[in-house]
Amino acid sequence: MNEYCDVNLTVNGERISERVEARKTLVDFLRDDLGLTGSHVGCEHGVCGACTVRVDGVVVRGCLMLAAQCDGAKVETIEGVSDTGEIADLQQAFEARNALQCGFCTPGMLLTAQELLARDSVPSRDAIREHISGNYCRCTGYHAIVDAVEAVAKARAGERE
Amino acid sequence: MDDAVRLLQEHGDGAKILAGGQSLIATLNMRLSAPQILIDINKIEGLGGIALKDGFIVIGALTRHAEAERSNLVAKHAPLLAKAIPQIGHPAIRNRGTIGGSIAFADPAAELPACLLALGGEVEIAGATGKRTVKADDFFRGLYETAIGPGDVLTAIRLPAATPQMRCGFGELARRHGDYALAGLAASARSEGGKLCDVRLAYFGVGLTPVRPRKAEAALANGDIDAAVAALDGDLDPPDDIQATGKVKKHLAGVLLRRVFKQMVEPRA
Repeated sequence: MNEYCDVNLTVNGERISERVEARKTLVDFLRDDLGLTGSHVGCEHGVCGACTVRVDGVVVRGCLMLAAQCDGAKVETIEGVSDTGEIADLQQAFEARNALQCGFCTPGMLLTAQELLARDSVPSRDAIREHISGNYCRCTGYHAIVDAVEAVAKARAGERE
Repeated sequence: MDDAVRLLQEHGDGAKILAGGQSLIATLNMRLSAPQILIDINKIEGLGGIALKDGFIVIGALTRHAEAERSNLVAKHAPLLAKAIPQIGHPAIRNRGTIGGSIAFADPAAELPACLLALGGEVEIAGATGKRTVKADDFFRGLYETAIGPGDVLTAIRLPAATPQMRCGFGELARRHGDYALAGLAASARSEGGKLCDVRLAYFGVGLTPVRPRKAEAALANGDIDAAVAALDGDLDPPDDIQATGKVKKHLAGVLLRRVFKQMVEPRA
């Protein structure tokens, strides 16, 4: 049975009106219908965090929300926050420390880390690890990620002083 | 709300309530569940919010974990929840998952059902015949089975607000922060003259529902932690699962009891 829903939402600031399959997840909608393939599909049950996007200002699992639920929502993906420059420093810090191996988790890592940094100005390394625990995949590259997030936290705090 | 109840009755078993979706949509993705219709309650007014009313903390079903985690009311009047919620899933899960959804789904390895039971809370349910309140001790019936019947929607939970004498403790053991626990324990009691009374322990991840180990509770009320740990042997019978054998879980239950007891008897900071 294919049921459809009409949704009006903004994605990265752009107004979108689409008819979506009721069963379609947000991340499939972003990737397949809108061509925004920066959000990745990994485990499809909320464990890996590769599909992380922001809905109405908070990070969510793109695989655990239906596109049909996003009517009226403001959705932001890694493409959007990259274009606005919001996380340019974080991206540079990741690059400088080679804070990735295959990079599949990186968009989700960046969005998740940005939420932590927005809330807690200089989190401890433990707090950083705990916060990104929902984005662990299967490499061992996390030490450099923690370094990068910590460095950006300190740099941003320094700028504010 | 009336529409949701009506739709539920109309579609019977083929319908499922969609709240935060953090368990439900995963089961859809894995093809473990295939409802014909999803009733999204996210935009129903009046199902959210946290309030202190008549000695109870009342938490609306649609309250997200993240909201409760940062709530001053919860921190002050439901400290057990404040300890437990950061252990639930990950930040993105807590941004979306709801308190009511977690209780209604009643995953035996989940934190909140055990907290509700340990606190002796209540569940508010709306159904075709009106509203009713069910005590936590009568709410959890079996694996993913609760007092929520066909056509019922959980609307709020009520937790007795903490008193100065109230003590609580929480612990869980998981392989990775945010994973489902191998075993976990939520506990509450009243401190009176240096002793604990009205001890309520609720284990999760060790049975088909959150489990109260009654003999261990009695031993703890006598102040005998060693006897309480020993009593777990008769109180608990955890089945083996993909994460650990029942024997390991039983051992961990004892480890957790000692840790949680320590939290409860330590002088408060």
